[in-house]
Amino acid sequence: MTIGVIADSKTRTQTKSMPVKEKSKRISGQQLAGYIFISPWLLGFLLLTLWPIAQSFYLSFTEYSLLEDPVWTGTDNYVNIFTDDATFTKSLSVTFMFVLFSVPLKLFFSLMVAIALNKNIKGMNLYRTAIYFPSLIGGSIAVAALWRNMFGLDGYVNQVLAWFGIEGVGWISNPDTSLGTLILLNTWQFGSTMVIFLAGLKQVPQELYESASVDGAGKVRKFISITLPMLSPVMFFNLVLGIIGSFQTFTSAFIITKGGPINSTYMYAMFLYEKAFKHYQMGYASALAWILLSIVALLTLINFAASRYWVFYESDGGKTK
Amino acid sequence: MNTLRSNLTSHFSLSAFSFIMLYPVIWWVGASLKKAEELSLPTIWPKTPMWENYSNGWHFSADYTFAHFFGNTLLMELGNVLGGVATAAIVAYGFGRLNFKLRGFWFSILLLTMMLPGQVTVVPQYILFNKLGFVDSYVPLVLPHFFGGGAFFIFLLVQFIRSIPRDLDEAATIDGASVYGIFWRVVLPLLKPALVTVGIFTFIWSWDDFFAQVLYLSSVDKFTVGLALRMFIDQFDIQWGQLLAMSLLSILPSVLIFFLAQKHFVEGIATTGLKG
Repeated sequence: MTIGVIADSKTRTQTKSMPVKEKSKRISGQQLAGYIFISPWLLGFLLLTLWPIAQSFYLSFTEYSLLEDPVWTGTDNYVNIFTDDATFTKSLSVTFMFVLFSVPLKLFFSLMVAIALNKNIKGMNLYRTAIYFPSLIGGSIAVAALWRNMFGLDGYVNQVLAWFGIEGVGWISNPDTSLGTLILLNTWQFGSTMVIFLAGLKQVPQELYESASVDGAGKVRKFISITLPMLSPVMFFNLVLGIIGSFQTFTSAFIITKGGPINSTYMYAMFLYEKAFKHYQMGYASALAWILLSIVALLTLINFAASRYWVFYESDGGKTK
Repeated sequence: MNTLRSNLTSHFSLSAFSFIMLYPVIWWVGASLKKAEELSLPTIWPKTPMWENYSNGWHFSADYTFAHFFGNTLLMELGNVLGGVATAAIVAYGFGRLNFKLRGFWFSILLLTMMLPGQVTVVPQYILFNKLGFVDSYVPLVLPHFFGGGAFFIFLLVQFIRSIPRDLDEAATIDGASVYGIFWRVVLPLLKPALVTVGIFTFIWSWDDFFAQVLYLSSVDKFTVGLALRMFIDQFDIQWGQLLAMSLLSILPSVLIFFLAQKHFVEGIATTGLKG
């Protein structure tokens, strides 16, 4: 987000340099054209985003099965969810566990790999491709099928473990390990996060490292004092989007574990999907959606508020720590 | 000497790591040719490759072959990619180059929608498409791509357009070109590499967008490859060899595109996405 804001301020200074008269003439001519050009998005936003948001909010206070008209029930849905729905509590805690582990794991791995890949050696493109490859296919149902087979009771993973004399469990059919298996699958697909880190690393001015070397800084010192602060905006971007994305994990739980065993992988998105499209409780599902939105929005706000203490922007002249 | 040694260490650790990352995929290729009894053995390659896994898997459904499902998916993709690329370019030009009232406001909204969980809109969208009689058709899957192709792509292209020197626009203005002319003759040609990136991502992401497919398509006749695979998985007695063979085939289009346009891919976001 911040990246966009920075770019926006740059363009503004560019337009300022134009003669005032010419600028105002161009702007008036562009009023209509501007709206014509953004109209596809604007239309889509109003029709498929804004209106649905409003309707979803309304529906969350109703009972609605698609067949009959919505019936206003006040805050019943919310009250039921919070006081009388054990599945809600379960799926929320499962999802929190998933986010809590998979987001930091993915960030850590992708940063480490990005640093390893940010070198100028022969064949680097080959390595990048190989390492990116799982992320290319990772979200597909095909990989979910593969995963389900590999982590089955007599699947490949247990056969390898048997070599080492370890007796494996049914990774997917055991409620203690099923969520961990999904977290592992999620971490395996760290490619796009890694690519963004890689792009960030390329923007770090080499002079900083050189002058640090002159001052006698070692590798670790350079990493802590240069790489980490310079990467913090990218880290922030990945963290915010990572949290939002993880809360919506659906396919892997839906295909590999079907939410089980005993709801140990019943992710929130899957719970919501089943409420809406299996039980046709559209009002209840809408309330669930608004709870999800509130949680995600709250976490994002906390993230933004906390960012001023650890995210470093060059344009501030290094005011922040 | 020192750099040579550190390079060798890098090569060694990177090859090892690449191998670990790719190992499940390598195993997958071998497993797709295995008999059921061999599947759980930790060997990579089967004693006698079962090519029948592919031919039997292809015909696993009594009424349709996988050719039908591939055809369906490609048809959907055609609409998605065309709609996404064309409208994303148009919208991005508006945001990236033109000055109009509330531009900053709308752009912030656009960025905000990137953070909106899809669960909030999915129920009313379904209700809407249901009322219009579009459930169990490709319309709910394809139509959204015609509204700018998604916030992320618009953002990507806006960043790219801003890196195109404004002198070009001004020269064209002096030559009498309108904003439409500048879009068509100046910006669009320069935008091509970024549009390829958008097209590729649209293709691969819609191929994997299982949620929308499972939500809107219900008759087998219209199934995409992903839904066909799900039908396969849900069979009582899963033929794992055949299923893995068909799964492998299902990722082939994405993989092909990935390798054909590899440069765009890994470098693509690196250069266009984050030009701060």
